[in-house]
Amino acid sequence: MPDRTKTYDVLVAGGGNAALCAAITARQAGASVLLVESAPKAFRGGNSRHTRNLRAMHDQPNEVLTDAYKEDEYWDDLLRVTGGQTDEALARMTIRASSGVFSWMKDAGVRFQPSLTGTLNLGRTNAFFLGGGKALVNAYYLTAEKLGIEILYDTEVVSMNMEDGSVRSVDIRYKGFPETVHARCVVASSGGFQANLEWMREYWGDAVDNFVIRGTPYNRGRVLKNLLDQGVAAIGDPTQFHAVALDARAPKFDGGITTRLDSVPYSVVVNRNGDRFYDEGEDVWPKRYAIWGRLIAQQPGQIAYSICDSKAFPLFMPSVFPAYKADTVEELAVKMKLDPAKIRETVDGFNKAVKPGQVFDNLKLDGNATDGLTPNKTNWARAVDKGPFYGYPLRPGITFTYLSVKVNDKAQVLMDNGQPAGNLFASGEIMSGNILGKGYLAGFGMTIGTVFGRIAGQEAARRARN
Amino acid sequence: MQETDAIINARREMEICNACRYCEGFCAVFPAVELRREFSAGDLSYLANLCHNCKGCYYACQYSPPHEWGINVPKALAEVRAESYVEYAWPKPMAAVFERNGTVVALVAALGIALVLFLSMITNSYFWVAQGVVAESFYNVIPLWAMQVVGIATFGFSLFALGMGARNFWRDAGPQESIGPTAIGIAIWDVLTLKNLGGGGNGCNDNSEAFSMRRRYLHHAMFYGFMLCFAATTTGFIYHSFLGWPAPYAFFSVPVVLGTVGGILMIVGTIGLLAMKFVDDPIPNVRRLLGGDIALLMLLAMIAVTGLVLLAVRATGAMGLAMAIHLGFILAFFLVLPYSKMVHGVYRSAALLRRAIERNMKPLGGE
Repeated sequence: MPDRTKTYDVLVAGGGNAALCAAITARQAGASVLLVESAPKAFRGGNSRHTRNLRAMHDQPNEVLTDAYKEDEYWDDLLRVTGGQTDEALARMTIRASSGVFSWMKDAGVRFQPSLTGTLNLGRTNAFFLGGGKALVNAYYLTAEKLGIEILYDTEVVSMNMEDGSVRSVDIRYKGFPETVHARCVVASSGGFQANLEWMREYWGDAVDNFVIRGTPYNRGRVLKNLLDQGVAAIGDPTQFHAVALDARAPKFDGGITTRLDSVPYSVVVNRNGDRFYDEGEDVWPKRYAIWGRLIAQQPGQIAYSICDSKAFPLFMPSVFPAYKADTVEELAVKMKLDPAKIRETVDGFNKAVKPGQVFDNLKLDGNATDGLTPNKTNWARAVDKGPFYGYPLRPGITFTYLSVKVNDKAQVLMDNGQPAGNLFASGEIMSGNILGKGYLAGFGMTIGTVFGRIAGQEAARRARN
Repeated sequence: MQETDAIINARREMEICNACRYCEGFCAVFPAVELRREFSAGDLSYLANLCHNCKGCYYACQYSPPHEWGINVPKALAEVRAESYVEYAWPKPMAAVFERNGTVVALVAALGIALVLFLSMITNSYFWVAQGVVAESFYNVIPLWAMQVVGIATFGFSLFALGMGARNFWRDAGPQESIGPTAIGIAIWDVLTLKNLGGGGNGCNDNSEAFSMRRRYLHHAMFYGFMLCFAATTTGFIYHSFLGWPAPYAFFSVPVVLGTVGGILMIVGTIGLLAMKFVDDPIPNVRRLLGGDIALLMLLAMIAVTGLVLLAVRATGAMGLAMAIHLGFILAFFLVLPYSKMVHGVYRSAALLRRAIERNMKPLGGE
């Protein structure tokens, strides 16, 4: 039960990584803290429960990271993926701070995996949580409970009531019942709005019905919209989101990591009409999976089909759903409800265009390309001719939205007039658009959440207790 | 293994795990999953017996209930494990004993005590405390030859049956590759240290998200206590048969010290593990297997308790009664050995051996 008579030092809206980092840091600084999580306990943790790692700068190898990943390389990677839609000062501050979060995280119960086999070669740049993001979230909640943070599950922040640039009270729905609570400082860590399909529909129309939301259904952007409606400055394109190619059979929400599909570089990918529409072999998959969500979102019916043969099938991670399988390309097309004659024609055309080239090598850009197609496939092009044939339907899977509240380097939320709000801070997805206006770097969302969560918690506690 | 509902569900879960792989740092099961893309019933039996039931993956899983996929790996694998005990049991008709295992183990224990008591009662006069006669030796109560014949016959049969079970497991769920000495060494180390109850060095999730080494240490106490008791018995046998030193032995003699320390450790381990059963989170557990688990823990605890009682009263008129009860529990243990939870030691060791043999294989998929 929330205490209506009490004025908390710090109220944190949200229950994922950024919220927990803010809440724990504020409590450690001596503040009384109320954390308000809209999900029920079983689904707590926002999108953090689906994450796996955190991208961290380091000048030399440590227990969980190999080699070195220095500030300038990190910044270059960020600059490349965002195409400059970032704030260099905030970004560099985040990058530098990322090297110092480990001991705090470990003290708060987070465990890391010593070294990594298998998946994306991220052992140098990213520290992997033992058991993944839900294990991290569990560890933080245990610590939060131990520290005496009050936690409300099934409780949504409905409105942060602002007056003269400060939050005076917070309206919540506690297990379905409206309540009003008071706090000296407020931290907004309640994520983006990608699970709010009606909001998404304003920009994307009925295509939204064909989008898959990879993460939590609880990121409905209620706090984000509420703040923007009260004169908080916005940053980030509201129409844009980060999307990857997913198995089309994924559940609408919460399918997480397992529905992703890595087959594209080794496949021929066609749209519903049986036409190819983009170079499947443009670059290695870790650098390309993120653009394919958008590419598919722009195809008719927001669907695509990845077709490969038995030479290519063992080269990628299995999807959670079984591949469609057939002895001929035509049969495969029929199984996937595509026009068999058209698919035969596309595959034949592709096979004829494959240039006899170098040795096939799936570990690098091998230069095996097609010639004379629009578009050509520029790497890993091999004739699709060795049955049985395999196919997967693909849809755009949305990870997060870019629209954010604007913040400064103290995690203070900025108003439209450029002034910081009196007692309002933000961390995590709700402000990540300040630094990540476009694109994505694996594990960077958790870095922003952790770094800004810690700053927001520190600043909010300091302000509340002064 | 048969294609049962448990196998079909475990396959579904392992395929989801294989697409996720977040849990690969917890134990040997997930790296073994990553080596394959298809899971035969034998593979699933291997994975099920490789699982030490630490439950780390259940609490870390983003797809655990109430998620619509309802992934619950500890439970799914426990179901398959239980079926594998039935599948590999030898001789085949005895497999039925696993169905109501708790009842069977308890009944055998009761009958074992009754039988030893009855035979001791009708065959000698030292049995009765009331007669005030103190036997000079255990063998006045039950002749050594009788102990040896019954002990070797029952324990010998049970070891043979366990061996046949191991053979059945290896045929169904063993590797293609041959066994090397390094693999054997690694497997023995994994068995003796229970590395896979370590959750990547953090311990088990006993009944919540919190990690703890409790279960591993309690199992160590029970296991090493049991081994010390076994060593005590073996030492006694050597003293008597080869050195001509008859029992009873002094309090600070090797067999008595080994047995005492072992007995205390067994009590700590079994009672501790029993207590944990009562506070377990029910969701990642299989309720119908609880009976067999509890019966075996109780049996082991009672062997240790009655052994220590026997030591305490051995110079009194109660010795005959105490020894008959102690030997009754041991007889029951020998009889149920291949048809109780004890088989997990054999199949899990075999699964760890297969994992050690496969240790250098590369995960499939990924970049």
